[in-house]
Amino acid sequence: MEPVLAIGIGVLAGSGVWLLLRPRTFQVVIGLSLLSYAVNLFIFVMGWVRGGAAPFVQPGAPVDPARFADPLPQALVLTAIVITFAMTALLLVVLLASRGLTGTDHVDGREDEE
Amino acid sequence: MSREVLLVFLLVLPFAGSIAAGLLRADARNTEAWLAGAISLAGLAIVAALYPEMAGGGVVRHEFAWAPAYGLAFTLRMDGFAWMFAAMVTGIGFLVTVYARYYLSPEDPVPRFFSFFLAFMGSMLGVVLSGHLVQLAFFWELTSLFSFLLIGYWHHNAAAREGARMALVITSAGGVCLLAGVLVIGRIAGTYDLDEVLASGDMIRGHELYIPALLLVLAGALTKSAQVPFHFWLPQAMAAPTPVSAYLHSAAMVKLGVFLLARTWPVLAGTEAWQLIVGSAGLCTLVFGAYLAIFQHDLKGLLAYSTISHLGLITVLLGLGSPLALVAAVFHVMNHATFKASLFMSAGIIDHETGTRDMRRLGGLYRFMPITATLATVAAAAMAGVPLLNGFLSKEMFFSESLVAEVGVPAVQRLLPFVATAWGALSVAYSLRLIHQVFFGPPPAGLEKVPHEPPRWMRFPIELLVLACLLVGILPAYTVAPILDVAVRSLLGEATPAYSLAVWHGFNTPLIMSLVALAAGVVLYAALRGYLARGVESPPLFAAIEARRIFERVHVAVSWRWARALVGVLGTERLQPQLRWIVVVAVAAGLLPALRAGLGPGPLDATPVDPAFLLMWVVGGACALGAAWQAKFHRLAALVLSGGAGLVVCLTFVWMAAPDLALTQLLVEIVTTVLLLLGLRWLPKRLPYRGTAAGAVAALPRRLRDLATAVAAGTGLAALSYLVMTRPIPDSISRFFLERALPEGGGANVVNVIIVDFRGFDTLGEISVLAVVAITVYALLRRFRPARESVEPPPQQRAQSPREAEDDLRVPAAIIRVMFPAIVVLAAFLLLRGHNLPGGGFVAGITLVIAVILQYMAAGTRRTEAQLGLRPLRWMGSGLLLAAATGAGSWLLAHPFLTSHTPKVVLPVLGEMHLPSAFLFDVGVAAVVFGASGLILIALAHQSLRK
Repeated sequence: MEPVLAIGIGVLAGSGVWLLLRPRTFQVVIGLSLLSYAVNLFIFVMGWVRGGAAPFVQPGAPVDPARFADPLPQALVLTAIVITFAMTALLLVVLLASRGLTGTDHVDGREDEE
Repeated sequence: MSREVLLVFLLVLPFAGSIAAGLLRADARNTEAWLAGAISLAGLAIVAALYPEMAGGGVVRHEFAWAPAYGLAFTLRMDGFAWMFAAMVTGIGFLVTVYARYYLSPEDPVPRFFSFFLAFMGSMLGVVLSGHLVQLAFFWELTSLFSFLLIGYWHHNAAAREGARMALVITSAGGVCLLAGVLVIGRIAGTYDLDEVLASGDMIRGHELYIPALLLVLAGALTKSAQVPFHFWLPQAMAAPTPVSAYLHSAAMVKLGVFLLARTWPVLAGTEAWQLIVGSAGLCTLVFGAYLAIFQHDLKGLLAYSTISHLGLITVLLGLGSPLALVAAVFHVMNHATFKASLFMSAGIIDHETGTRDMRRLGGLYRFMPITATLATVAAAAMAGVPLLNGFLSKEMFFSESLVAEVGVPAVQRLLPFVATAWGALSVAYSLRLIHQVFFGPPPAGLEKVPHEPPRWMRFPIELLVLACLLVGILPAYTVAPILDVAVRSLLGEATPAYSLAVWHGFNTPLIMSLVALAAGVVLYAALRGYLARGVESPPLFAAIEARRIFERVHVAVSWRWARALVGVLGTERLQPQLRWIVVVAVAAGLLPALRAGLGPGPLDATPVDPAFLLMWVVGGACALGAAWQAKFHRLAALVLSGGAGLVVCLTFVWMAAPDLALTQLLVEIVTTVLLLLGLRWLPKRLPYRGTAAGAVAALPRRLRDLATAVAAGTGLAALSYLVMTRPIPDSISRFFLERALPEGGGANVVNVIIVDFRGFDTLGEISVLAVVAITVYALLRRFRPARESVEPPPQQRAQSPREAEDDLRVPAAIIRVMFPAIVVLAAFLLLRGHNLPGGGFVAGITLVIAVILQYMAAGTRRTEAQLGLRPLRWMGSGLLLAAATGAGSWLLAHPFLTSHTPKVVLPVLGEMHLPSAFLFDVGVAAVVFGASGLILIALAHQSLRK
């Protein structure tokens, strides 16, 4: 399990970084989106307990923290997912505006001389 | 009222006044002047009320503990010397206020002037009243700052900006040195308290760090007092309005330098180094300033250089290190303030009345303004040191000190009386020139207006100051003696020497020196008249070395050339290198600790692989790689593939006991995809790659480098994840959350309880960010101009008539319309159960957005908006208000912000219900998420409707 997930995170992050370094704005948007999947998963696995139950406690029953997945990274990632959406939206609109102003979708607002 | 409270008032009043003055109307010239005048008078009254205490040799202290562990306190302390300065600052401040009322024209932004002026006065008082060295350095910098603002008051004028900048650079650089020096002193003495430092003079002088401390403190004092070689900022500062010059260069700003020298005199003076540095700086300044003053053609320029020269005189006296010289210095501080302030004000009147300050164009003004001319003549005579005026007395003291002072260098000791006499002659010459060239001789030609006497009250401050010059000069024992005594005694204590303030000391050497200086000055002026009449711009001898120009060169080199060179080497405007460096640094930051401490797999073995999980991630990885591959030429494919990767992430959340995350991820995935689809329309068409093979080869190194970076980042993150997953998680705060969620948060869903309760404040910040982003997107799109070629409808849209499109969508549209209420109910359901089961505000908000998006797709923008009438901004605003109000509600129950409580509500049909306040908070969250994402999507969708 663990190696599969770790490699999965690595592939997501690597693809994301590769796209982040590309010259076209859309590539950067997709890259950022892939990178945030990787980072969200990474934060999430920090609190993963093997065989742990989802963090829902039963009324009346005593709580054994060792039985549950760590709720804190989950709460962090939950808000991070929503913020990622906002960030993607902002980035997209900035890039569109830059495209409208400069006439190109190169990240620097002008085509490479090379 | 107790003495301590008076001190606090004295400091707080000007700052309060400054704020009040800044808030007044732009044309409230009289109100402003009344306010500033009243405040400076009140300050003066407070100072006067404290006189009995000072006359008794007392010290008034008031201390506010601030960070006692670090030896930091806010200490106000007034002794006789500080008292004298405070009286000068408030007294002359008052006169300048009166003068400024008439000087400033109605077009000037008067509130700004008085606001800065009062703040400057407050900063001056702050320095003077500081009982703590760091506090002193703080107010010192404030005076630099406010003098910058005052000098640059007419900021439309390039000279004013230049002068202000130069003054700020020089004096605040000095201020930084002073702070460093103060810290060194604090280290030596073990305290920053002024009283304790003053008491440990011997220890400080004997310490090995004495020289660094001395150099640093002197750097502060000498820059502020415009001593050579830092003198050049002062003439440049003459671009300020004249009231500012009259204040800054007579009573205030420049006197701070000598204030500091005198203040630290008991601690730092008396050594060879002190005498060498302070004495020589003063001596150079004294001669140099007086020499240059003669050759100035600008009235204020002459006064500026004479100010430099007189400050040099005070500095020399302080540098000599003898108690009698200190008395003379303190005395001259007061005398100089009175005659120089009145001269500056007269210069301002002349400028006002004639429209010029160039002495080559002025002349014969006595005819037009006899009273002003008389007043200025008396003040100038005081500056020249003519008997029966105050300047004479302190000058005589200087002369007699120059005869008896013990100077380390014998040659200097022998020369000192001659230098002093020469200085006297130069002072006489420039004072004479000022009066003769401006008020006598032929009347000026070519002036725009006929000059006449200024308004009655504009002249009043000058009259008062000149009267003071006369009274002090004739009757020193009855006027200034007690004040001087109070000031000097507080500095010297037991060591106060016997001195006499009489006008007549008999026919002694100083008197002869004075007479020689007077005669020589007159002769010098007569000799120079021909030269001066020719109007040569720069003074002889020193035309080539101008400190100002050197400063400019250095300034340009450091702040422009070097900076640009550095940016050229290190900086880039291109995004890709910046991003690459960020990634590289992040990888390095992760790698370094691993290399240093070593990092192996943890104690736990990997769990067996579930084939389904493996398959899922094979698909996920392929999606990610595919998206990376296709993002350039096949955007839609890349978007779909990236969505596929997102789904795999979502399934992983399900697999690993995080249903809340899975739900959120799924819904956000939908909204993000719609968002990006809306954006695709505005991107340029990407033609298939048609580069040459040579181009591909050229790009190869760059691509390989990026590939290596990406692989490094991916491998690093993968390794780190694996290493963490093979270790048991440590005991953390999560135990607390799990145990308390139900009893204290009232919810079984711990993740949700954390979001809306335990970490509710974070969430409040989070939804605020969301709202800010949405508004930013909205604002950006309002001004958005799409590229020309993407304005036309895309080919797909053109190929199909609207009618056909509607036909195609008929069945889905019907289904979607029916679905709308169902999805809304689903959203409500997710919201309601969120506290105990997967769901919550975030999820509910996004679900609602999806419901709306679907309507847009089915019915089109116009019809949907006509039917639904959404107001995303209102949703967002009310959501934020609701969340904040829920948090604030706990204040009513005397709990901290956002404390949750769970009242039990018994409803008729549903029975007993728990309604935690956190639920209301969650409703707010849902509203904000709905409003914000709705606003973003709708704004983007509307772009296609724009004409």
